[in-house]
Amino acid sequence: MTTITQAPTGKPEAESIKSRKVDVTGGIFKFLLWSALAFTILVLVVVITDLLQAGWAVLSTRMSDFLTSNLSSNAAKAGIAQGIAGTITIALITAVISFPIGIGAALYLEEYARPGRFTQFIDINIRNLSGVPSVVYGILGFTILVKALGRFTGGASVLAGGITLAILVLPIVIISSAEAIRAVPQSLREGGYGVGANRWEVVRSMVLPSAMPGILTGTILALARAMGEAAPLILIGANQGFFSGGEFGDLTGRFTALPITIFQWTKQPSADWVTNTAAAIVVLLIMVLFVNATAILLRNHFEKTR
Amino acid sequence: MTIESRLDALAANNPQDDPSVAEPLPPKGDVVFDVRDLSVYYGEFRAIRDVTMQIERHHITAFIGPSGCGKTTILRCFNRMNDLIESARVEGSLTYHGVDLYDRAVNPAEVRRRIGMVFQKPNPFPKSIFDNVAYGPRLAGAKKTDLGDIVERSLRRAALWDEVKDRLKSSAMGMSGGQQQRLCIARALATDPEVILMDEPCSALDPIATGRIEDLMGEIKAEYTIVIVTHNMQQAARVSDRCAFFTTEVNERSDVRTGTLVEYDRTEKMFANPSDERTESYVTGRFG
Repeated sequence: MTTITQAPTGKPEAESIKSRKVDVTGGIFKFLLWSALAFTILVLVVVITDLLQAGWAVLSTRMSDFLTSNLSSNAAKAGIAQGIAGTITIALITAVISFPIGIGAALYLEEYARPGRFTQFIDINIRNLSGVPSVVYGILGFTILVKALGRFTGGASVLAGGITLAILVLPIVIISSAEAIRAVPQSLREGGYGVGANRWEVVRSMVLPSAMPGILTGTILALARAMGEAAPLILIGANQGFFSGGEFGDLTGRFTALPITIFQWTKQPSADWVTNTAAAIVVLLIMVLFVNATAILLRNHFEKTR
Repeated sequence: MTIESRLDALAANNPQDDPSVAEPLPPKGDVVFDVRDLSVYYGEFRAIRDVTMQIERHHITAFIGPSGCGKTTILRCFNRMNDLIESARVEGSLTYHGVDLYDRAVNPAEVRRRIGMVFQKPNPFPKSIFDNVAYGPRLAGAKKTDLGDIVERSLRRAALWDEVKDRLKSSAMGMSGGQQQRLCIARALATDPEVILMDEPCSALDPIATGRIEDLMGEIKAEYTIVIVTHNMQQAARVSDRCAFFTTEVNERSDVRTGTLVEYDRTEKMFANPSDERTESYVTGRFG
């Protein structure tokens, strides 16, 4: 056994690997990145505290009454039950229509369509569609669903609103699904084909299960966006008054939705209505957060079962 | 490794074979694939040209050659895997027991059931070990009651059964790379194919896992016909009966590179006494 009697002294040329120099540029860059993130979080915190503060009077004193009451011209009695019913119904219609069509279109584009100029042209235009302002979709919904097809939709109905928002989020659903499908490794498809699967079998048992977490995240986030839309619904003719509309189950009846209620109340001058509005926004935010949380939970669930 | 030591290794495996008097082609055994003047194009680009060769039954045939010479491209013609690449197209003829593989009436899925494939990187499905092996037979319509037997038989053949028999329900993604590759072999064996195509099956594995796969190939070759693409010349020398050397020809004027088959012969002859000097410089490591 040997014992080390003396630690070797560093040679001067090796000593140069030691440096106390501070990486200034790197430090600044890291700080800028941190600031960008902090700014984003700050905005969210400010919005939420402001809203909670403004709506606290309603949320703390008559929360359940506020959630279950109908619209009213009396600020102290007004509630958002119809808005909640309308928003949930619209979200369901939007999901039922946009998910199958959007995922189907994305599957066709990624797995079946021959790559070429035409496919590229369609792909670019779907991306363009996702950038079209939502008001334009409102005009489309009004012209086609409310006027031309009014006999089937019941005119300015919750069905017309749901279909309009489904069309609005369709490009987003297609794009996010297509991206999730594209991320499925080619080796997985080859493995399936390699043991005698045909295209449908590969899509069903390899591509879809692997892409599902990504598809769900993208589509549900698109749904959350649809839930907050007011402009298209205003053009469709969602109920903006104080009294009627918004019952569960009646798809062809007049309706209102939470964003519409909020939009309507912001036009009221008195302080009571400001409190009501803030409280309604808090409820809408919670609903959207709930949908987003569902997306995350579903994604985790699917990733675990892989 | 010098050519002498490689020869010694070969002689140890086949003491009765004297490389200098190796039988010439053509083969006498059953021909599984008959390739005539096969060229493969990707769009306008011709990746490999005018390949003529016969693959024999119950032999291990190795494809060697430098990167980009079209070995994998040719291999993927044998089970119509190139169909998946939109721009790929073949010219010439490729028959499987006398049937034109590229006949319009041929069902590629049926081809791939009979001609299984093992890929460069282990690509188990994100499913349980059992479901990985049972996937092919299920598609082929195997009875539920038979699946257990099929899975066990396939895993045994792939020398994996003893390692995984207690955790068939757990995910294949948790296995080691070597186990995953043997699982992929078991998966390919499960559809009861005649031919197994292997595209550099050991390139992502360590030497021990590689050794296991090579042993496995030796064990199953009595029942299957194996075609293997490899970059590892020792591996080709160790496992194969016949060996095909491909290389790339560069067109001086257009700078277009096209793969071509240089020489195809018994492995002993290819490594000991190749006819073409390009083969010799490749197997002795002077080029490529």
